[in-house]
Amino acid sequence: MSSPAINSSPHEHQGHSTSQLMQQVILACVPGLAALTLYFGWGTLINLVWLCLLALILEAAVLYLRRRPILFYLSDCSALLTAVLLALALPPTAPWWLGLIGITAAIVMAKQLYGGMGYNPFNPAMVGYVVLLISFPLQMTRWLLPEGVGAALPSFVDSLAMFLGAKPSAGIDAFTGATALDSFRQFHGGQLISEFYERYPVMGVWSGLGWEWVNAGFLLGGCYLLYKKIIGWQIPGSMLLAITVLSILFYDGGSSASHGSPLLHLFGGATMLGAFFIATDPVTAATTPRGKLIYGALIGAMVYLIRSWGNYPDGVAFAVLLGNFAAPLIDACTRPRSYGHGK
Amino acid sequence: MNPETLLPPVLALLGLALVFGALLGYAATAFKVEGNPLVDQINELLPQTQCGQCGYPGCKPYAQSIAEGGPINKCPPGGAGTIHALAKLLDVEEQALDAEHGKEDIRKVAYIREAECIGCTKCIQACPVDAILGSAKHMHTVIVSECTGCDLCVEPCPVDCIDMIPAKNPLQNWHWQRPAPRPAQMQLIASDWMQGASR
Amino acid sequence: MTAPFKGQFWPLPRGIHPPENKQQSLREPIRKAALPKRLVLPLTQPGFVQAELCVSVGQQVRKGEVLARGTPGMGITLHASTSGIVSDIAEHQVPNASGLPELCLMLESDGRDEWLKLPPLDYQHCDAPMLIQRINECGINGLGGAGFPTHAKLQGALNSKHKIHTLVINAAECEPFITADHALMREQADEIVTGICILLQILKPERCLIGMEDNKSDAIIAMQAAVTRVNDPRISLVVIPTLYPSGAEKQLIYMLTGTEIPSGTITLGSGILCQNVGTVHAIARAVAHGEALVSRIVTLTGAALKRPGNLDVLIGTPIAELLQQCDVDATQLSRLINGGPLMGLQLPHANLPVLKITNCVIATTNAEMPPPVPAQACIRCGFCADVCPATLLPQQLYWFARSKELEKAESHNLLDCIECGACAYVCPSHIPLVQYYRAAKAELREEKEKHLMAEHSKERYDYHQARKEEEKRLEEQRRAERVALAKQRKEAANAALAVAGASAVADADSAAKAAIAAAMERVKAKKAAQPTTTDSAAAPASIPAPDSDTKV
Repeated sequence: MSSPAINSSPHEHQGHSTSQLMQQVILACVPGLAALTLYFGWGTLINLVWLCLLALILEAAVLYLRRRPILFYLSDCSALLTAVLLALALPPTAPWWLGLIGITAAIVMAKQLYGGMGYNPFNPAMVGYVVLLISFPLQMTRWLLPEGVGAALPSFVDSLAMFLGAKPSAGIDAFTGATALDSFRQFHGGQLISEFYERYPVMGVWSGLGWEWVNAGFLLGGCYLLYKKIIGWQIPGSMLLAITVLSILFYDGGSSASHGSPLLHLFGGATMLGAFFIATDPVTAATTPRGKLIYGALIGAMVYLIRSWGNYPDGVAFAVLLGNFAAPLIDACTRPRSYGHGK
Repeated sequence: MNPETLLPPVLALLGLALVFGALLGYAATAFKVEGNPLVDQINELLPQTQCGQCGYPGCKPYAQSIAEGGPINKCPPGGAGTIHALAKLLDVEEQALDAEHGKEDIRKVAYIREAECIGCTKCIQACPVDAILGSAKHMHTVIVSECTGCDLCVEPCPVDCIDMIPAKNPLQNWHWQRPAPRPAQMQLIASDWMQGASR
Repeated sequence: MTAPFKGQFWPLPRGIHPPENKQQSLREPIRKAALPKRLVLPLTQPGFVQAELCVSVGQQVRKGEVLARGTPGMGITLHASTSGIVSDIAEHQVPNASGLPELCLMLESDGRDEWLKLPPLDYQHCDAPMLIQRINECGINGLGGAGFPTHAKLQGALNSKHKIHTLVINAAECEPFITADHALMREQADEIVTGICILLQILKPERCLIGMEDNKSDAIIAMQAAVTRVNDPRISLVVIPTLYPSGAEKQLIYMLTGTEIPSGTITLGSGILCQNVGTVHAIARAVAHGEALVSRIVTLTGAALKRPGNLDVLIGTPIAELLQQCDVDATQLSRLINGGPLMGLQLPHANLPVLKITNCVIATTNAEMPPPVPAQACIRCGFCADVCPATLLPQQLYWFARSKELEKAESHNLLDCIECGACAYVCPSHIPLVQYYRAAKAELREEKEKHLMAEHSKERYDYHQARKEEEKRLEEQRRAERVALAKQRKEAANAALAVAGASAVADADSAAKAAIAAAMERVKAKKAAQPTTTDSAAAPASIPAPDSDTKV
């Protein structure tokens, strides 16, 4: 019999592991990623490969400095997941150095310096995104016009050239434009919503050409994660509900003063990505069931507030970070009643 | 930078500083606490064996020295648990038990080999908690439930008839230990050393 | 208390569904284990007091004869499991968590298996003390897990100011692999119901609820038929959904009665008593047949056994022999587990005896139960809190246990943890959570003991100091008194002298002066008379010793 150590019970395990969970989440990103590539070109994919590579290298470097077994910690796929989420958030025109700075902030600063996976108080991908957004606002808001609006999307070679920093052949202004949400913020004043949608084909049917499909893709991925019980329904459910309720409250049928329909908010920008992939990051979210509901609602409310009255077109990243701040307090205030302790 | 725009904020800050300084000064005298409650708080955390292994004649004097900034790692009967509690109370760094003062061990009690006892009462006088029963020219014995294991009775005994034996048998002493640090081949760096050492 | 209708239960909100693995050991009926040549009988039950030996080495004993009598109160009486000779009383390893040996009695069997039974009792005409006495004499303890002495439990129930209104029979057997109770129920249902009736006779509760999981269909049929035959309206069978850990005492009581046992109290305080179905069977054998507890059903299962099943085993049988009887494949065997896979104890080897509380031995392989993998960092996923049956926050308890913040762990109800293992079962980072909680609980207990001891010692030290101060003060006081007394005496003497005459003093004075003058004269005379010599030795001899001349 070959078992020298006496282990404590339990001796059985359900069989799943943290790396499997991370891999499933990355898999669930695929539909959204496909929609992004279809409507916005190769940029996102190129960024994805670049960031995944960098994430692994950076994490290995820091682990080496911390004298930890590198392969053991790399194999939990958490660095890969951070890279994927950051790549999905970055605009497809992002040059290579933007991704480099972002992933360094995410992996080295926001994750490893706090102690590695499980010890970071803030969502690393969002920290990376916010650092970039505040430091390089121009590059971070330069999105491409989606397929079907304006000029054709840049080819693979052109995308690669943009990534490497060279100017593309047809001039960058032909491709780029604001996102649907950004357009909505800037240009919808003074006209009925219906008129605005007619005038700006970039708005698509509800929430932006291309963006509708991207959000639908992430919604599909999110449902897959719910089905596999990898994430709970509380956070995405309460976040989406908060956004819906607030947008209904402040939507007055499409007048010029309204802040956008619920559908615009639910299927526009990074809502679905945030609800199912970013806010549900277990390390930084609230952990008690009631706490999760409050946490999700808080993030949803903040997303709507920042979009409608804040300075940024999309507030998911800031909302999530604000939620991360509040998570420990939410946990402390929502402890469940244990068996045998008063009814 | 012209003086007109500079003057108001400077005055405002000065005014605030004066107000808060006055408040703090008043609070320092009006709410002054007599004595040093810190010493009592520290004393509460010490095991009260009065054994002197720390180099001080009892637990209260050692508590005094800690309150004045002395090292917190000199108490073997308290062991790592006491060092941890003291570190938390005083917000200082935890250190390993100072080996000069002894090793942490399971609780022991004194046992007098009655066949050899001569009834000299030297051990009775040495015991700081009066845990030894007996009088001159009469048999001495240790009351086990009161004995703290401080070891002070062993030296004075002229016939060396006192042993220190474990208070509980190994079966009663055993309990599950924390899991070993994972993975086992991990090399710890300095800031992890304390965690690894106390596991 | 509302009386529920038959079959009502309150669902347990949390738990896990591990693969049951029960079919392997249920294919055959219970078979009798072969008589071993040598039995090892521990004289202690882990956690309880030792029994007092009443046989000696070399003595011939019969099956059921008392070997060691349980001390009054919490002791458990030990009987010979078979007839034979007491060959040795020595330390031997037993299935316990520490692996430390305990004092055991070795019995060499003579192969005859001769019984020494007590006279059977008709329970319907016995009173409670008589029945409890019989249960005590037969050494019955809880066969479901911890092994609490049954007579003490029942006596405590009768002595307490709380009246028992509900008797719960734990027939859930929720842990995977274990089928001992299941096999017992499908074959010995009538005996079990007799045992229930005996308990009803002792405790006289308002009702008795038998809780069974729904994965035991043949046992349910057998038990239902037996309950119907006895026709006692107080007894009802409640079938609950299969969920781990529905067989944990507090959880089962909640499921059957809707009552939560308040934290830190025993079930007695809520008027409920819980007994395992195996214990109930043993009670029936003891009362109705006069048989002491010398054997029990043990499930032998696991992928390393070619013939798994339930065996009727004598207490003290070496586990190695049982494995042989089940055709163990030693090359495949990776681990031996005493109990179930979620709460059981890993054994260091098979040379250990079966105890009264051994309900199952799993001989497993690496394929069936992979060895534990190194733990990763906690990702705070909360799966553990989703499955905790006591609705605790295992994640927080883990963080507090790691950072040794034991007071915080206690305030998060660490002591309510039943160590069921559901949290560690689902943890994706494979953290050995239960081990952390066990270590933390032990440390907490030790800290509390140390703290109490320290407080007590401080009191004694303070009293000791006070006593020393008092002694010093008394000593000072006495010294002061002595000095005062001496001074007083001296003054009195001086006064007397003064009264007697100052002249006497003056006379004494002049007499002294005269004597000295005379001595000085003699010295001068002698010096003048003798010639000057350099011999210094002579000089001192010429001066007369002052003592002889001084007169005062």
